[in-house]
Amino acid sequence: MLEIQPITGFPLLASSSLKIAIMFGVLMLAVAYATLAERKISAFIQDRVGPNRVGPLGLLQPIADGLKNLVKEEAVPGSASKFYFMLGPMMAMVPALMTFAVIPFAAPLPTPWGVVDMIIADVPIGILYILALSSLGVYGIVIGGWASNNKYAFLGALRASAQMVSYEVALGLSLLVVLMLAGNVTLTEIVWQQQQSNLWFVLPLSLGFILFMISAFAETNRLPFDMPEAESELITGFHTEYSAMKFSMFFIAEYSHMLTASALMATLFFGGWDLPGSWDDAFWYQGELIRGFDASGAPIAASPAVWKTLLTFAGFAVKTAFFLVLYIWVRWTVPRFRYDQVMQLGWKVMLPTALAYVMVVAGTILVLDQVGVSGFAFGMTLTGVSALCTVAFVFVLDRGRIIQGAAAGRRAASSKGASAPRQEVLAHD
Amino acid sequence: MAVTTKVIRRPDPGTTSYLRSALKGMALTLRHMLNPKTVTQQYPEEQTDLSPRWRGTHRMEVHDDGRPKCVACGLCPTVCPANCIRLVGGEDDQGNRYPIVFEIDEFRCIFCGMCQEVCPVEAIHVGLDYENAEYTRKRFVYDLDRLMQQDHPTALLWDPADPDSE
Repeated sequence: MLEIQPITGFPLLASSSLKIAIMFGVLMLAVAYATLAERKISAFIQDRVGPNRVGPLGLLQPIADGLKNLVKEEAVPGSASKFYFMLGPMMAMVPALMTFAVIPFAAPLPTPWGVVDMIIADVPIGILYILALSSLGVYGIVIGGWASNNKYAFLGALRASAQMVSYEVALGLSLLVVLMLAGNVTLTEIVWQQQQSNLWFVLPLSLGFILFMISAFAETNRLPFDMPEAESELITGFHTEYSAMKFSMFFIAEYSHMLTASALMATLFFGGWDLPGSWDDAFWYQGELIRGFDASGAPIAASPAVWKTLLTFAGFAVKTAFFLVLYIWVRWTVPRFRYDQVMQLGWKVMLPTALAYVMVVAGTILVLDQVGVSGFAFGMTLTGVSALCTVAFVFVLDRGRIIQGAAAGRRAASSKGASAPRQEVLAHD
Repeated sequence: MAVTTKVIRRPDPGTTSYLRSALKGMALTLRHMLNPKTVTQQYPEEQTDLSPRWRGTHRMEVHDDGRPKCVACGLCPTVCPANCIRLVGGEDDQGNRYPIVFEIDEFRCIFCGMCQEVCPVEAIHVGLDYENAEYTRKRFVYDLDRLMQQDHPTALLWDPADPDSE
């Protein structure tokens, strides 16, 4: 029986370095294979085959892509601002990779030197760190687009900044409900709270999850919000002038943002590495690794095991992969919004909905606390309230209001009194 | 021509739902994603079925003893609308005419097939072939030897009595 003590001293340093190296490798591999998944799934959706020439089933395609981008010529436009042109892709990529540091990815791992937390840096500011870094990513896009000295790149960068600012607000507000329920900003604590209440936050905070997911799509510049790229309008937007590895770095940044957003959705709303049942629960409570509390409130010691770590990591990977596939699936289904529709959705739909939802959740928690409801009944009541909010959101707001865009007011004014459906006349000669 | 109007009924924007139609679209793409049927033709392994009247690069028919069937009558360079055939005729001891130079510039050729149509001895043909890639532009001027070496099937001429080639 190994002693259940947190790892300290030199082994802590070694294990942290090892975790960073391994997670960086896993992340880069996952990003590479996310590009393959993107191409394969888009192919399947369009009844095509997808890449199938490099390796069995095209599985070596990402390596071929990477090698090709490494040996290609780096073209820097003559009129570009060279320093910032170089800085852009770096600033896009680094924050995208750094965000992953605070996401717990498995149950604690017991080793002969102590128990290792399966998180790179369990910083006390958790979600604040993620919010700060993920909005830093837009600077890479803006600097890259501006330094290119290209009107399309500039327009893409301009759109990126406006879109980020708009959706950051709704993203933050939809996170607020999670923080209220968990009572803490560290992600380990949020996972622990979900384990303790035997309820993943997606149920008591269903509308929060929907708002977070929509905002996350906008934050990662994925369709239907890929305004900064918008191939058909802006060539490829902010990275029009980029080639070879710098272009690749923008791509890595986009996919690692996707990966982080997927992992966040899994962690905040789907229990993170938690699997159903309390056998895998583990949390550092006053220096002890515990699994929960018994009826008298005394802590029950957890028993970490290697197989538990592996199994919970698999659970985390499956949840993250699900959202990654969802990202790709949505991208190849839904067409791009118009720019005014993006702004309208962000400011006139998402922001008020998120604000109202925060008020509703706060009020419900307050009332439940005053009445003295706790435990499972607490979660179920909140689930009911959230379900009502979701139904209201979908059935009341989603009546042409989500994508009406800037022309909405004018159209409503001009068609007032006319009961006939709007008609458009096409002339043929 | 008279102007006709087509009225497209648009649903009232106040009653349409974005989410519902987006979910409907996702269901459709999911069905396609899971359906293993593909429409891709795996080209180098699978070749396209060509029409028997496909007009590709030329070939010259040869006699059993290896001489070209061409009698250097000069009809094909005359009829060629792209002026891509260069023919220098000669005559042997028995008075048989034969081509000394017969070159077709496949870059100039418009593949109308009139050379095949006009040939009195059925010597020059367009053929069922489309894999013509070369490393240099010079290689696209096919000389007599090259034309005689081509071995793909020759194209079927359009027959007015059988317009659909059945």
